[in-house]
Amino acid sequence: MALLQIAEPGMSTDPHRHRLAVGIDLGTTNSLVATVRNGISVVINDEQGRALLPSVVRYRPEEAPQVGYAAQRAQSEDPYNTIVSVKRLMGRGLHDLADAGNLPYAFVDAPGMVQLKTACGIKSPVEVSAEILKRLRERAEHALGGEMVGAVITVPAYFDDAQRQATKDAAKLAGLNVLRLLNEPTAAAVAYGLDNAAEGIYAVYDLGGGTFDISILRLSQGIFEVLATNGDAALGGDDFDHRIYCWILEQSSLAPLSAQDTRLLLTKAREAKETLTEYPEVRITAVLSTGEMVDLLLTAQVFDALTASLVGKTLGPTRKALRDAGLTADQVKGVVMVGGATRMPQIQRTVAQYFKQEPLNNLDPDKVVALGAAIQANVLAGNRVADDWLLLDVIPLSLGIETMGGLVERIVPRNSTLPTARAQDFTTFKDGQTAMSFHVVQGERELVADCRSLAKFELRGIPPMAAGAARIRVTLQVDADGLLSVSAREESTGVEASVAVKPSYGLTDDDITRMLKDSYVHAKEDVHARALREAQVEGRRLVEATQAALAADGDALLSAAERADIAQGVSALAAALEGSDLAGLKRAVEKLNGMTVEFASRRMDASVRKALSGQRIEDVEC
Amino acid sequence: MSDYDFHKNHFELLGLPPRFHLDSARLDQAYREIQAQVHPDRVAHLGAVERRVSMQWATAANEAYQTLRDPLARARYLLHLRHVDTQEETNTAMPTAFLMEQMEYREAIAEAKASHDAHALERLEGQLKEKIVHHLAELERALDQAHDDAAAASLVRSLRFLNKIAAEIADALDALEQ
Ligand SMILES: Nc1ncnc2c1ncn2[C@@H]1O[C@H](COP(=O)(O)OP(=O)(O)OP(=O)(O)O)[C@@H](O)[C@H]1O
Ligand SMILES: [Mg+2]
Repeated sequence: MALLQIAEPGMSTDPHRHRLAVGIDLGTTNSLVATVRNGISVVINDEQGRALLPSVVRYRPEEAPQVGYAAQRAQSEDPYNTIVSVKRLMGRGLHDLADAGNLPYAFVDAPGMVQLKTACGIKSPVEVSAEILKRLRERAEHALGGEMVGAVITVPAYFDDAQRQATKDAAKLAGLNVLRLLNEPTAAAVAYGLDNAAEGIYAVYDLGGGTFDISILRLSQGIFEVLATNGDAALGGDDFDHRIYCWILEQSSLAPLSAQDTRLLLTKAREAKETLTEYPEVRITAVLSTGEMVDLLLTAQVFDALTASLVGKTLGPTRKALRDAGLTADQVKGVVMVGGATRMPQIQRTVAQYFKQEPLNNLDPDKVVALGAAIQANVLAGNRVADDWLLLDVIPLSLGIETMGGLVERIVPRNSTLPTARAQDFTTFKDGQTAMSFHVVQGERELVADCRSLAKFELRGIPPMAAGAARIRVTLQVDADGLLSVSAREESTGVEASVAVKPSYGLTDDDITRMLKDSYVHAKEDVHARALREAQVEGRRLVEATQAALAADGDALLSAAERADIAQGVSALAAALEGSDLAGLKRAVEKLNGMTVEFASRRMDASVRKALSGQRIEDVEC
Repeated sequence: MSDYDFHKNHFELLGLPPRFHLDSARLDQAYREIQAQVHPDRVAHLGAVERRVSMQWATAANEAYQTLRDPLARARYLLHLRHVDTQEETNTAMPTAFLMEQMEYREAIAEAKASHDAHALERLEGQLKEKIVHHLAELERALDQAHDDAAAASLVRSLRFLNKIAAEIADALDALEQ
């Protein structure tokens, strides 16, 4: 039998056309955007030639928000309207923020994600992050001069579902097509590994402005396999600044500080910390709004002592990650350092001591994440590359469902390779019960109260039966972005129960739509025009991909009638793309999607068969 | 509608013979080859249908790989394919000698923990590993040669306990390290 001709899935039909895609490192302190140009990953600078965009947004009444350096300069002068380190607030409730009292913001205490009162009204951290992303999108579009296929956005590996979802929502608000949410250490490993043709076990130690991640990876034959990840989503350079800030307060007897002065001293603390990386001591001077003077000398030795417990806090997760990976520190071939805060000598020393080797610092710790994200974005956009690789990443924290007595039934264990799905059966406890509610949580602790609440959902339409007779299978599916979706089914009757998920910290679709509308107050484009443009991009993508699939496998995998059907669907969609009827266009996309499910499955099946056909057939048959 | 064909069993999906004995290099190779075809990263720029089908396949490949890679899960799965219930939740009747041994292990762990004796824990860990290896060899005989499913199910139940004790020792060692 002749072997089937299968086109490489995911490859562009027109190999000469380069699809524009970017990688974005949305950092606590700094954000960057990078892209692959002529096969090389490069950071896209702003017009003044600067790579970093400070992750700072300042809201002003009746004006577009300021983002970046200008906003950063205004922070002491206009603290309530100038939001820094917003990443620490993503997907978090007010009660989650241990240091909320220290943060000089006007928080709104509402259920769900925290919100901030600003000169432009109440803002969600998602909207603030969207401003940063929008600025980077504009920078990229300007530099690339073409239509962008999409972006890879990086997130800390230890981000939970609520934080990931908030990041994806921010990207949506910023008008970005998210190709993938990529874990920051994994992005760094891609940039490092491809550069160095590395093979073996590597640890990526990423201490940024607000988050700490440790990932253990196995690099072999073009596969980057994350074995385990751990971290602390609220530990970073910011906390070192805060230790210095507290020390300043202890050393000087100052009157209670205004928000302006707090910001000023935090900025001074950060400068002092960065200076101590190069020098044995630093002089800290400031004049406060009250006229009070600060003039202190901080030595590296005192700084070390002040921050020893923070440094130590990174070792617990490191140990746990190694243990989950079933490895010991001496099996690690290299430790890649990522994040600006790893420049601190005490971090370098501690890591070297723990792994008994000098850590690898040969890539710029500020840029490596964005560079890796761009490399991955380039492949995900469907561009052909010389060497092929595959990333296999994991879910950082276990998923479970609340059971009797506030206990957690663990369903998806942490460090499961993504995508993953796990099912669990539940039953009714009353005769004739037709509805049932569930609470999904994330975390490693046994009590629901100690885990993070993700969502509550209710199942309706269970056929009435005797208590205990229904068998309701709840499936938790986690996709390659690490995002959860839930489905449920009554197994004895096959009834699909409808699931209405209410996110605990996330935004509903209505919230997003409202924010989208709000964001057009200052924009030229209107909501409808943008929706149409997005639908057109998707429609064109679908036409192109379907034509490519037909050309490659239509003869082998479809009957003449099936083929004609799909071809007709393609023509209908192509016609809809000519006009500007949004609803009609969406219908044509839906219709063609529906027609191609079977074809897509057959193609997948054929490509797997082909991949395995290199193996001995007699074994496969038995 | 046919999305991923969920009737395919894990061995079929990975192109491996349905038996306990496993060529783990071949398992790894097959898994990598399949993921290279079906992983969502391969279709990220395509339409919603391709992305969904890919997620289902990649999820199935991960499940198959995780199950077959772990000997206890593999044995359990083989028995499931043979319609044998391992009765891990219901059948707690263990031979008295086995129960005695368990108690001895638990006592030894508690003692070593109390006296912060990492060496004693490591010794216990070594002993236990040997025992597990021995059980796995018997399991292979029962499943692949003797086709004695009842004996295999009983071995699965014992192994489950041994693994639990191994995890307790690892936890204790971890606690000592901190
Ligand atoms: N020379 C230096 N010495 C000490 N710390 C430094 C130095 N340079 C930068 N940092 C610190 O690094 C942190 C910023 O690092 P980076 O830009 O990698 O973080 P980020 O990506 O914004 O944050 P995250 O990854 O946590 O979201 C800040 O706390 C900054 O003060
Ligand atoms: Mg970072």
